[in-house]
Amino acid sequence: MPIFSYLVYPEHNKKQHLIDALLAERFCEIKVAENEEVLILVTDTPDEKTNKDLLDRIQKLESLQSLSMTFGHT
Amino acid sequence: MTTSRRSFIKAMALNSAALAATAIFPGISFSAWEKTDLPSGSIVWSKTPCRFCGTGCSLLVGVSGDKAVAVKGDPNSSVNKGLCCVKGYHCVQILYGNDRFKTAYVRKNGELVATPITEALDLVAQKMGESIQKTGKDSVAIYGSGQWSIPDGYTASKLFKGCIGTNNVEANARLCMASAVTGCLTSFGLDEPMGCYEDIDHADVFVTWGNNMAEMHPVLFSRMLANRKSKNHVQIIDLTTRWTRSSQAADKSILFEPQTDLAIANAICHEIIQNNWVNWEFVKNHVSFHSGKTNIGYGTQDHFSFTDEAKTEDFDAYKAFLADYTPERVEKLSKVPAEDIKYLASLFGDPDKRVTSFWTMGMNQHTRGTWINNLVYNIHLLTGKISSPGNSPFSLTGQPSACGTVREVGTLTHALPHGVVMNQKDREMAAEIWDVPVENIDPKPTYHTVEMFRALDRGDITFMWIQVTNPMVTMPNLKRYRDGAKKEGRFIVVSEIYPTPTSDVADVILPSALWVEREGFFGNSERRTQHNAQLVPKPGEAMCNTWQLIQVARRLGFERQFPWSQETYIEDIWNEYTRFHDSPKHRMAPYKLLKERSGVQWPFVNGRETKWRYNGQYDPACDGDSFDFYGKPDHRAWIWLRPYEPAAESPDTEYPFWLNTGRVLEHWHTGSMTRRIPILHKAVPESYVEINPEDAKALGVVNGSLVKIISRRGEMAMKANINGRGNPSRGQVFVPFFDENYLINEVTLDAFCPISKQPDYKKCAVKLEKV
Repeated sequence: MPIFSYLVYPEHNKKQHLIDALLAERFCEIKVAENEEVLILVTDTPDEKTNKDLLDRIQKLESLQSLSMTFGHT
Repeated sequence: MTTSRRSFIKAMALNSAALAATAIFPGISFSAWEKTDLPSGSIVWSKTPCRFCGTGCSLLVGVSGDKAVAVKGDPNSSVNKGLCCVKGYHCVQILYGNDRFKTAYVRKNGELVATPITEALDLVAQKMGESIQKTGKDSVAIYGSGQWSIPDGYTASKLFKGCIGTNNVEANARLCMASAVTGCLTSFGLDEPMGCYEDIDHADVFVTWGNNMAEMHPVLFSRMLANRKSKNHVQIIDLTTRWTRSSQAADKSILFEPQTDLAIANAICHEIIQNNWVNWEFVKNHVSFHSGKTNIGYGTQDHFSFTDEAKTEDFDAYKAFLADYTPERVEKLSKVPAEDIKYLASLFGDPDKRVTSFWTMGMNQHTRGTWINNLVYNIHLLTGKISSPGNSPFSLTGQPSACGTVREVGTLTHALPHGVVMNQKDREMAAEIWDVPVENIDPKPTYHTVEMFRALDRGDITFMWIQVTNPMVTMPNLKRYRDGAKKEGRFIVVSEIYPTPTSDVADVILPSALWVEREGFFGNSERRTQHNAQLVPKPGEAMCNTWQLIQVARRLGFERQFPWSQETYIEDIWNEYTRFHDSPKHRMAPYKLLKERSGVQWPFVNGRETKWRYNGQYDPACDGDSFDFYGKPDHRAWIWLRPYEPAAESPDTEYPFWLNTGRVLEHWHTGSMTRRIPILHKAVPESYVEINPEDAKALGVVNGSLVKIISRRGEMAMKANINGRGNPSRGQVFVPFFDENYLINEVTLDAFCPISKQPDYKKCAVKLEKV
């Protein structure tokens, strides 16, 4: 039951692209900051492999600038 | 409360991230979850303004698959702060009534026949063209609505005024807020309230003038109650002709005789002057005095015409004018005790009290609607209680976009998106933005709403397109106008979502998309524009009203003026429309910002909303830091010397009762939407007539008895309601108009304010008979 949370920074002017890409993924829930260019992402996957695959896909998103983990539970 | 281990850990994860974000970005705020996984499937939440009243609550609509399945209040909205009323919570159910129009219909041999929408649009364009060719441009008309999305109204105005060249453009907001418009224009030179809902949080005293806010604007009323609860001294004074739920919640309810609000407002000013409660510095620097014509008539005849003439007066003339309005004299007329008038005056006159006045139809649907708006402004101007937090004279609108689409876009016969058709510069601006010859735009207004339907009856108008409104229920003195619409040689097009008495008279019905089935904008009472995206698919061949108009415009040969693609036309229209308002007095927010935020107020200047207009501390359009009523040439607000004049038709020996009409909490207007929501319909399934218990006893009727309401125009039999949620005073009855089985407007009178042309639905004379 890996559960992680991240602060997610989009590339410049790509916030909506990043939101759309994350919403398209299973196991992802997001909260969007209204007054800053940052999101909170919480991932909740059934096992470590699924978590790793998900993280790999997210890190390859063109609209992602950086991902900073703020909580982890495995 | 129990929680699972998984939920607990997820909550910890979220809080860790939120804490980190707050440390890095002080003041950061987050929206709600964008996606929720439920056993039934994921729900995606999106913001939208509520479809119903002029409060302009922002909602979050939950969509699962292709269906809107849930509603909650938007916590990010400063209007409703996450609250909703009963209609708002159920609003998405209006999408799914069984008899929703999903295809077009054309009347053939008296019967409506299902027809592909493209053919129906061809016919609409053909009939418009034929009417123009045979009888001239002023033979065609469009009647729209304060429930039009902003692009709907803008496109209609551009097509009819700019391209076809007729000023036969009207909207049902003529029936609900035209007096508010003329009140603003005559007192301040510019339209729309100068304050905002934030005044509710600051006010010490609320005075509601003939409006039942507890039922008609319940979310705002809740905010008033919350303010009162948080501070011991806040008072709500309910000035009314009929005891209602608002009266129940108020600190004091003051009942007055219909029409005498004119005298009461003058009496309050008399007292303010008598007791030297005038804010002399404000009056000396920011106010001027004026009078207009009197004995101005009631508009009940065809071709009635009136033009006011302003005469400059001074304070001494105003004081002398008010000598007829002592509280003791007004008590005899209004049945309001003199001490209550003096008490009201003392609230306004107390320099330490911030006072907000709210009103809606009681003052606006009034044969002297412009005057009573002026008179309430007079009170606030005399005391300087205006354009500052908590000091606010505020006309609330009934419809979600009466402000946004009718007042701001200018979908009335005399208006343009900026200014009026009578003004050369305003016509030149419209011609340039619309890409039409300036000669196309007629400098002469044609018909206001009542006169437009009279013209249809007479045959001066032979083609009428009706969108998003139900005039065959709402027109006063209804029988004449319904019969007129059915006459030979008339062609009626109705854009609708459900069958109504209006679609019953249509030659063509076009199926319309509802608000979350298309992108659009509404503008609420406090100058807040709100965007909604398309959240669910349109049913069948239903089409956005804007796109219907564009399709007909192209068929009439106006492709160049309506070039937009179906993917981007709403954004394109917004960008074109806002060019009309590009000044610090009215600048609108950009499209992208409206998409992101739960509404933005205008004027929107240098990235900031203008909450209080005409006050240099808040309004960048002012000269200097003080008050500047820049809508008037003298930069002063105008106090008007307006007298009491009686109603068009008062009770007499033959017709001894006043008839008042209005609404109930559960139903929206003519009920075509809310009566299809089972829970709302079952709450109030049928209309009724409220009768005072003593009058009922004298008539020999009890609750539920059948009573006939008879006027000089028609009659209606309905069930009596005694000691219900509303209780009229003796000699008055009240009927809500939501039920198309009881067309109470067959009984009402088509008298109107000669300045605003808004009819008076609150006062005509009737008699009652037990059936």
